[in-house]
Amino acid sequence: MFICVIGISLLRNLFAGAILLSVYSLLAACLFIIMDAVDVAFTEAAVGAGISTILVLATILYTGQECQRHIKIKWAPLVLSLAVGGLLIYGTMDIPAYGKKDNPIHQYKVTKNYLEKSQKETGAPNIVTVILASKRGYDTLGEVVVVFCAGIGVLLLLGGFKRKSKNKLNTTNETDNEEVPS
Amino acid sequence: MTDWHAIITYWAVITLLVFGLYIVTASSNLVKKIIGLNIFQAAVFVMYISMAKILNGTAPIITDKINEFSAYSNPLPHVLILTAIVVGVSTTALGLALIVRIKQSYNTIEETEIRQQEQTEKE
Repeated sequence: MFICVIGISLLRNLFAGAILLSVYSLLAACLFIIMDAVDVAFTEAAVGAGISTILVLATILYTGQECQRHIKIKWAPLVLSLAVGGLLIYGTMDIPAYGKKDNPIHQYKVTKNYLEKSQKETGAPNIVTVILASKRGYDTLGEVVVVFCAGIGVLLLLGGFKRKSKNKLNTTNETDNEEVPS
Repeated sequence: MTDWHAIITYWAVITLLVFGLYIVTASSNLVKKIIGLNIFQAAVFVMYISMAKILNGTAPIITDKINEFSAYSNPLPHVLILTAIVVGVSTTALGLALIVRIKQSYNTIEETEIRQQEQTEKE
């Protein structure tokens, strides 16, 4: 995983970056399986490693593969990210240990309620499914709304251009496409 | 302070997160920025899931053989991250669509070149 990330930050070729991103997502999915989150692993492998990569590759098809190389390290972003990392590491000093049964997150009564009662109430053995579809159904509805909005946005952004480009051929003016067509 | 190997997963997550943040802020190529954003996102997902894990536990699917394991892992973060993955992909799609349009308007996806073009436009 670390090799992938370092490769992405060093490589100049965007195609290699997209493929490494796919590998990174797949490794993240493997981590999720190790951590007993099988549903999340499915989703990450299908959506993160699959659909994201296809989207990035489609974009690269339009925009070209090469990006400018900056040999010198940019200091301001480096300092910023290292500062954020340092603060987070400082934050982990008080965090509960990994994988202990008596961590506060496992003592919370909502979780216990879900674990004990969900099969009796809905009849489905997979608790993640029960919470996603039944107990937090509104959450999932909101997620679907977000996906719908994103789909509309993409269609407007990409479909609206064709109409504009016809006008552009007449005027030969190159830079007035800022506004999103409604 | 807890034992170092008890929090080493969090440190790994933080390292990935720092790399993602660096790619987002340092690269001037817009597609690369989106890739960095995805790395950042996946690191946060791993952190949430690692909180839900119980050692010797099993996935939160009710079985009769639960006595072989100590407990089910916590299902609540799993649900949150399932939602977050899908939302993350839709934001990625929207960002990439914006990049395609920027390419069509400015004929480049390098931030520095776009800024240069705007400068010459003003003058």
